[in-house]
Amino acid sequence: MALSEDLRDLYQQVILDHSRSPRNHGQLQGEGCVHVHGDNPTCGDEIDVWLKFGTDGKVEDIKFEGQGCAISQASASMMTVKMKGADAEKLKALIQDFRSVVTGEGSVQDEDSLGELILLEGVQKFPQRVKCATLAWRAVEQAMQQKGEA
Amino acid sequence: MTDLSHLRADFPILHQQVCGNPLVYFDNAATSQKPRQVIEALVHYYEHDNANVHRGLHELSNRSTANFEAVRRKVARFIGAEHEEEIIFTRGSTEGINLVAQAWSAQHLKAGDVVVTTGMEHHSDLVSWQLAVERCGATLKHVPVLDDGTLDITVLDSLLASEPVKLLACVHISNSLGTINAVKEICAKARARGITTLIDGAQVVGHIPVNVQDIGCDFYVFSGHKMCAPTGIGVLYGKLDILNSMQPWHGGGEMIETVTLERSTYKAAPHRFEAGTPDIAGVIGLGAAIDYLESVGLDNIQAHGRELTLYAMEKLNALPGLRLLGPPAPADRASLAAFTLACAHPHDLVEFANTQGLALRGGHHCTQPLMKRFKAPGTTRASFYFYNTQAEVDRMIDILQQAIAFFS
Repeated sequence: MALSEDLRDLYQQVILDHSRSPRNHGQLQGEGCVHVHGDNPTCGDEIDVWLKFGTDGKVEDIKFEGQGCAISQASASMMTVKMKGADAEKLKALIQDFRSVVTGEGSVQDEDSLGELILLEGVQKFPQRVKCATLAWRAVEQAMQQKGEA
Repeated sequence: MTDLSHLRADFPILHQQVCGNPLVYFDNAATSQKPRQVIEALVHYYEHDNANVHRGLHELSNRSTANFEAVRRKVARFIGAEHEEEIIFTRGSTEGINLVAQAWSAQHLKAGDVVVTTGMEHHSDLVSWQLAVERCGATLKHVPVLDDGTLDITVLDSLLASEPVKLLACVHISNSLGTINAVKEICAKARARGITTLIDGAQVVGHIPVNVQDIGCDFYVFSGHKMCAPTGIGVLYGKLDILNSMQPWHGGGEMIETVTLERSTYKAAPHRFEAGTPDIAGVIGLGAAIDYLESVGLDNIQAHGRELTLYAMEKLNALPGLRLLGPPAPADRASLAAFTLACAHPHDLVEFANTQGLALRGGHHCTQPLMKRFKAPGTTRASFYFYNTQAEVDRMIDILQQAIAFFS
């Protein structure tokens, strides 16, 4: 039986690839390092994100660990790739644009910066999965609040 | 194989397409579907008999009261209670447990006492007792779960022997593992030491024959909606002398004898615990569900469930990377199969299945400590009822094979 288009859009090869082989997987320690934990209590997905900010305020390094569905883990992996080198302004813009991509609400301001994160727009057809896709992103927002950048 | 597939005609909801495919409903441990006979009983009640119970003198109220109380007698007979006054209508198992955890504990649980539950309790049983022991300074202890999904009875024995245990709360069938616990033996151990027992029968009543006197428990709870009745109605069974030793839980109409501005006196059980207008239609629906299930035959339902589960377990065990949780022998388990797949998280699997019309459940199933115990982030659960068929299990296996190919 043929798989539905919506399902293929949700689980694109790039997304499955990130969930199987997550980038920037691991922990960070030391000066200027912020660690936040995020979870979705109803489904049990968990994420830990470590952000290291440089003296210029830019993200010098970012790593994550977690367990959960392919969407939550792939989204976290793809996010870390895009966030390296971004300053607070860029991070906020990225988070806002990504939210528009997965919810379909609002308009994307900077499609080029999102890159392959656009592929997660398949989530729009599965509203109950928005919280999976945004799990790591909410953790970063929290990290920025801790650092006083929000 | 016990064939009950002709009964599918009684369930209008089963005959629909989901995402362009015929619906396969395997989420019965969460809630069962309702036969036409139950739906029609609700419609008939609202079209012909609707009136408040117990307090009117007019024809409709008399009729409604008679029908309502007739279901109490029916439930008492259905679960083998000695007295119909031992049947208290609740919103479901959760409310029944909370009633006991609050009203019984207020009277009988003191600082220093111990309540024993198990590592496979549903959150409803676990959290209610956490709240209860916190209120009165008692302690909660647990009987752990062994690798094969059964309870470690040696720990139960030592807890009962060495701790000041006042109450033992234990699930009859685990909604996450499918384990059927030996509640009769467990209750006998508790009774020998004068310990009160509460059994959570949410997954049991309407699935296998239940006799509360044979089990020997003091309290037993179940929900109507998992046995073909509407949502919002359930039953707390309690031994009459214990019920009447408890103070009321909720105050309101129907539970009082006399009321002055200063104080009130209360009716005996069951009305003492049924304040306010009850879910009359739900009770009528529960009665219709019992009639329906008895016409099918509980023995037939149990045999069908066992055979279908055995069939599903054999097929599931053959899938690569699949780990089944719970007892390995189908005779020791209820009609559900919970598993993990190496290549896919439960939520991805359930999403995949849904696009093919298959309703599974993925997650922690309100048993987070149990998931931790088995080092699973969650499981995927297929739970069956008598209207499910072998062909549907074959369809599930086919979909799981596709999912394995897709996610690997």
